[in-house]
Amino acid sequence: MSDLTILGIESSCDDTGAAIVRGTAGNARVLSNIVMGQAELHAAFGGVVPEIAARAHAEKVDLAVKQALSEAMVSLSEVDAIAVTAGPGLIGGVLSGVMCAKGIAAALGKPLVGVNHLAGHALTPRLTDGLTYPYMMLLVSGGHCQFLIVRGPDEFIRVGGTIDDAPGEAFDKVARLLALPQPGGPSVEARARDGDPKRFRFPRPLLDREGCDMSYSGLKTAVLRARDEVMTDNTLTAQDQADLCAGFQEAVTAVLAEKTRRALRVYMELNPSQPMIAVAGGVAANQAIRAALTTVAEEAGAGFTAPPLKLCTDNGAMIAYAGLERFALGETDDMTLQARPRWPLDKKSAPMIGSGKKGAKA
Amino acid sequence: MEQLFELRSPEDTTRFAETLAPLLNAGDIILLEGPIGAGKTHFARSLIQALLPEPEDIPSPTFTIVQVYDGPDCEIWHSDLYRLGHPDEAIELGLDEAFEAAICLIEWPDRLGDLLPASALSMTLETSGDDTRTARLTWSDPAWTPKIEGVAL
Repeated sequence: MSDLTILGIESSCDDTGAAIVRGTAGNARVLSNIVMGQAELHAAFGGVVPEIAARAHAEKVDLAVKQALSEAMVSLSEVDAIAVTAGPGLIGGVLSGVMCAKGIAAALGKPLVGVNHLAGHALTPRLTDGLTYPYMMLLVSGGHCQFLIVRGPDEFIRVGGTIDDAPGEAFDKVARLLALPQPGGPSVEARARDGDPKRFRFPRPLLDREGCDMSYSGLKTAVLRARDEVMTDNTLTAQDQADLCAGFQEAVTAVLAEKTRRALRVYMELNPSQPMIAVAGGVAANQAIRAALTTVAEEAGAGFTAPPLKLCTDNGAMIAYAGLERFALGETDDMTLQARPRWPLDKKSAPMIGSGKKGAKA
Repeated sequence: MEQLFELRSPEDTTRFAETLAPLLNAGDIILLEGPIGAGKTHFARSLIQALLPEPEDIPSPTFTIVQVYDGPDCEIWHSDLYRLGHPDEAIELGLDEAFEAAICLIEWPDRLGDLLPASALSMTLETSGDDTRTARLTWSDPAWTPKIEGVAL
């Protein structure tokens, strides 16, 4: 099969991205990957100031596309198809990207390919490591946390996930509780290095329950309670802070490791020819978690990979690649492509319901 | 007007949310206040799940700011405004329109500034003891009074 050149556009959350990817399914390379974000700005404000406005995406998306083309030294006429995130995400942002992609596709008479943002994340290990189907995916990006068995570009089986907060969010919120800078992942990890993980015994939510579902909201509350118990005069000693971080990180690691072990068991029953687990998202950058997951993979007889962080945060390259896989199968969309705020990857598996469920109604 | 409810466990909060849910109409806004870990999202998740015709994932809205669900009679908006930089951004999100047409559950509503709707029910979750929360409900719109009485019964 000859090489395809795909333009990918992503604007479903805070960042605006555009990229050019060239190659074939399972063997493609990133020619350019432009992300116009505000991560640096966020840190300066202690919190996060998101680019929520559709207008902000709309203003940047053209520039991102232009820059992606020039950096890749590719002209629009050389592009075979335009791939764009059509959801899930903040609807204003998604719309901006979809409108831009439709405009380019219509002007050039090129095919349009709508991509599920989560599929973009889930297919990234095919782009970075050329993994073969089926592989196991632990997706822990931004607000997401789920185990997926990826069987094809459009075939995902969700074997579990968080029923409330994502671990990345728990790290951010624990950082807020402990007066540590955002983003919380790196700052909690850094403080945890000086702490005693055994001093505070935090719960391992849902560990006693079967299956691969996880819960992190209660853990955050447990940290809050422990903090309030050790605080005197509204201040926390550096050691308390470090110990709380270490105990929290150990609890997250223990839960993720055990649930990954179970998810891998389900996956290995499929007898994959080249068993692999890929962990994508900021949480994979945490050394303690990464080490634990590597061990779990080894024990299960599967290889471990974590795509580079640049391709795990929101970006256009993963959308271009996911679009490439769809396009290679002859799948395209027309001008009726709609932006979707919610779009689960696996419609068949039961939704993850928190403790707020109504009972066994469904 | 003000009314206090003592919620002794997360399950208590769930029941409280499930009792309130069917009494809500389009245009009802609940402002959820209280520190991290007070149970704001837990309450919202329970309430939304009680309204949905079929169970669905109810992710935390912290990253996406707004999650919209299709309720039986109108949309349900669940938002966490913590990351909002300026009240104007709430308009960009379409929150002002949702205030009219949807059931809105708003976490960190102080980010709204002057846009805070006067007709809203304010619910502040206060921690007292391990799992116990006190829900302090305050409102000025008399339309809330029968609804709150309905929950208290």
